[in-house]
This record gives sequence, C-alpha cells and structure tokens, in this order.
Amino acid sequence: MEMDKKLVIPGDFLSDDAKLADEGTYVEDGKVYSSVFGVASLKDRIRVVPLSGKYIPRAGDIIIGVIKEIAFSNWIVDIRSPYEGLLHISEFPRRIESADMSRYLNIGDSIMTLVSDVDANMKVELTLNDQRLRPIKEGRIIAVTPSKVPRLIGRGGSMIAMLKNETGCNIFIGQNGRVWISGKDKGMDLAARAILKIEKETHISGLTDRITKFLKEEKGEKPKEKEPEEEVEEDKSGGILDELLGNDK
Amino acid sequence: MSKPEKLIENGIRLDGRKPDELRPIKIKVGVLNRADGSCYFEFGGNKVIAAVYGPREVHPRHMQKSTSAVVRYRYNMASFSVEERKRPGPDRRSIEVSKVSREALEPVIFQEYFPRSAIDIFVEVLQADAGTRTAGINAASIALADAGIPMKSLVSACAAGKIDGTVVLDLNKDEDNYGQADMPIAMTPDGRITLLQMDGNLSKDEFREAFEMAKNGCAAIYDMQRAALLERYTSQTEGDILE
Repeated sequence: MEMDKKLVIPGDFLSDDAKLADEGTYVEDGKVYSSVFGVASLKDRIRVVPLSGKYIPRAGDIIIGVIKEIAFSNWIVDIRSPYEGLLHISEFPRRIESADMSRYLNIGDSIMTLVSDVDANMKVELTLNDQRLRPIKEGRIIAVTPSKVPRLIGRGGSMIAMLKNETGCNIFIGQNGRVWISGKDKGMDLAARAILKIEKETHISGLTDRITKFLKEEKGEKPKEKEPEEEVEEDKSGGILDELLGNDK
Repeated sequence: MSKPEKLIENGIRLDGRKPDELRPIKIKVGVLNRADGSCYFEFGGNKVIAAVYGPREVHPRHMQKSTSAVVRYRYNMASFSVEERKRPGPDRRSIEVSKVSREALEPVIFQEYFPRSAIDIFVEVLQADAGTRTAGINAASIALADAGIPMKSLVSACAAGKIDGTVVLDLNKDEDNYGQADMPIAMTPDGRITLLQMDGNLSKDEFREAFEMAKNGCAAIYDMQRAALLERYTSQTEGDILE
C-alpha cells in the first residue's frame, strides 16, 4: 500500500487538523477519526473509502436501476440501496399513457437513469430525460460494491478506458455499483472477470498495472487453453443453451 | 457437574487460568456470503456467529423512524448450544439479552446517516459456556464494521466476577453457576461504558477491582478485534504485496 494510504477501522485516530476532515471520518474534540472500516488517504484532505456498504443515492448520480413495480403513474425502481427509486411517467422521454407503462418499461427491465432529486425523507426521484440515459436492452449487468466505483473508473477514467480497449466491450459504470457490459461474449466474460478482480483488490497498490497484466495474460493464454476452457464453461451454465440456439459458433 | 469443593486454589482456577486471565479467543471475519457483514467469534467454550444486514428497507413499515435508522438485534441460542436441550425460540432471557446488547451497540452507530432504514444484527449462539452476551457483542461490533456501517468505534465486552471470595476475569460456566457474582460490561476503546449488568453481590471495593479487571479485559479484546478486521484484507493479499 502507498505511503499516504492505510487500512483503518472505525475509531482509528487520523489527524489533529479538523479542517481536513472529509467523507468517512468524524470529528470529536478537534480530532479526526475514521468512521468506517476502509482505506484512509491522508493526502490533501482526510477521507476513508469504506471496503463495503450500501449505495446511498445523491442527486446527480447516474445509476443502473431495475424496475420492480408499476404503480399509478410511477415506476418503482430497485437501485441497490435501502431506498427505492421513483420514475414518474412524465420523466420518460416521450408522452405515454398510464395504462401503457408496462409496454415501455416492464418489471425486470433495466434502465440507465439519473437521480434528479433526493429529499430529506430519502424519497428518490429518477429521470430518463437526458441524452445519456436510456433503457438497457442488451449485454449484461454485474454488481460491485458502490464504494469501489471510483477505483473502477480510475484516475481521469484511465481504468475504464483500458478495460474497454482491452476487451472491445462498451462498459458503463453506475454510481450504485451496477456495471453494464455489452459486446462479444468472450469480451464480456473477460471484462466481467477483470471487474470482479478489481473489486477484490481495490485496497492494494499498483492495481492498474496488475489488471493490464491480467488482461494481457488472459488474452495471450486463450489460444493455448481454448479447448479445456470452453468445456468448463459448458459444464457451468448457458453453454448448452448457447449450443441449442447456435450462438457463439 | 455438581459444585466443586474449590473454584480457585493458590491463585489458579479450575481451568488453569490466573484470576485476571481471559479464555482463548478466535475470530474470523466475513464468514457468511449473504450477509453484508459477518463474524465468527470463539470465546473459550462459547461459539457465536454474528450477521449484519443493512441499512435496508424496514419491514414492518411502521417501525421505521423518519430521522434515523432503527437498529434491531436478535440474540438466539441454538437448541443444541447447552447441555440440556434449550426450547427453541425467543424466551424471557434472550429478549433481555437482545435488548441490552442492542443498547450496548447503538451509541457507536451513526444511525442518523440512514433515515427510514433498518440495520439488522443477528447473533446465533452455537455453543454456550457463560459469557455469550459479551461474545455476541464482540462479534456483532466486528460484523457491523465489516458491513461498512459508519461507527464511532468498535465495542468490546467481557465479564468479571467473584468466585470463592476472589475477584476474577471472564467466568466460565462452572464459575458462573457456583460463583458469587458475574458482571458483564461492554465499552468503547476510549473507556465509555455501554453495558453494565451484575448478578450476585460485590462490595464497593470488590466492584472497583472487578470493574478495572473487566476494563483491562476489554482492552485486550479490542486489540484482537482490530487485528482480526485488518487481517481480512491483508492475509489474502500478502502474496501480491511481496511480489
């Protein structure tokens, strides 16, 4: 781990300078302590990034939600949080009737959506009225710990750019820790494995280098181990279905 | 076991411990995959598992608080955890233990960060040997940290008491049954007491002595809790760091 980073538990003393206290800390008697179990960084401002925890929605976040209920003029959306999201019918890009709601977005459908407002009662309002937003129709969605999203994106988007480049997939990371991957099956497999590896190793330094190496190795080894690897995949799941549908070959 | 003639002789207890010695402790963090945070805690003959879920939606709805999270704590003894089969389900004792344990942990949890949500703590006692509530609190506080829940600090708990007129730390089953007092306490590392109960009789001086002893016990347990949490993220990665 780098010098200015360390693993801390709740209650660990971090600094005497209360002005530097940021997320994941609390101040008592002018001293800064960690409030979560996570990785503390003491550079510039003092903050602790938790190693686990739930997504707490904030206005402006772009997230991936799954429709879980259709109520009168609202879609109720699971956003992987203690609180549910509400997508009002008027926030859909075009005018639709209340009775037709399930034709556009049905239960189980995934959407890329923006948190437009969170009030004091934690009522979370969502919108699809934005160029960047849309329902998700293809590809797959995996989930990671929300606190690890910044690490997954990397400094200035370096990690995600590298992942997209190496796997040939389009990848979108929601602030709530849901990650949407779309591309060829092989690329999606590799991207999903790399993302789960990143999630497991966020607290160790030199992450980008290790992931680059991992991707290079995986791709390099593919031709050699092609036969056994595919057999294993078929044993697990999906393989038989793919075969029946004539996919992937 | 019937009452032994002596519980302590020449400063050595029945199980070979000195008066101020804790029973051996074993901690494992993150033992359950479904839970948001979990911990297995062994405290001498006590074996408990703690699971933490949340913050999550509150069911039933009417329990929710509009300005903070509700903390719910369920202490439960397995029917096979004691010698004579325990009738399963909550009883007067386990409801009390759940209540005091919840109150021992609530002061350190930043409940106001999560309005309208619930933090659920489940403690299952697999094997009991006196001191299960303290073992449960120790396990639960680690599981809370493992779940990523913001807290002021961990909480550590242990008991002190009196056997054959001698003040001792961390009573085992026989000492609890045939001793004269048992006093579990829980505290934060900076010395704030969140639980203090007493069963039996202690004089003022004995109380002070027992209290100091339990405080030292909690401090020792805190170090072990801390080490167990840190170990979760250092052991698996050692190879990578050395590489």
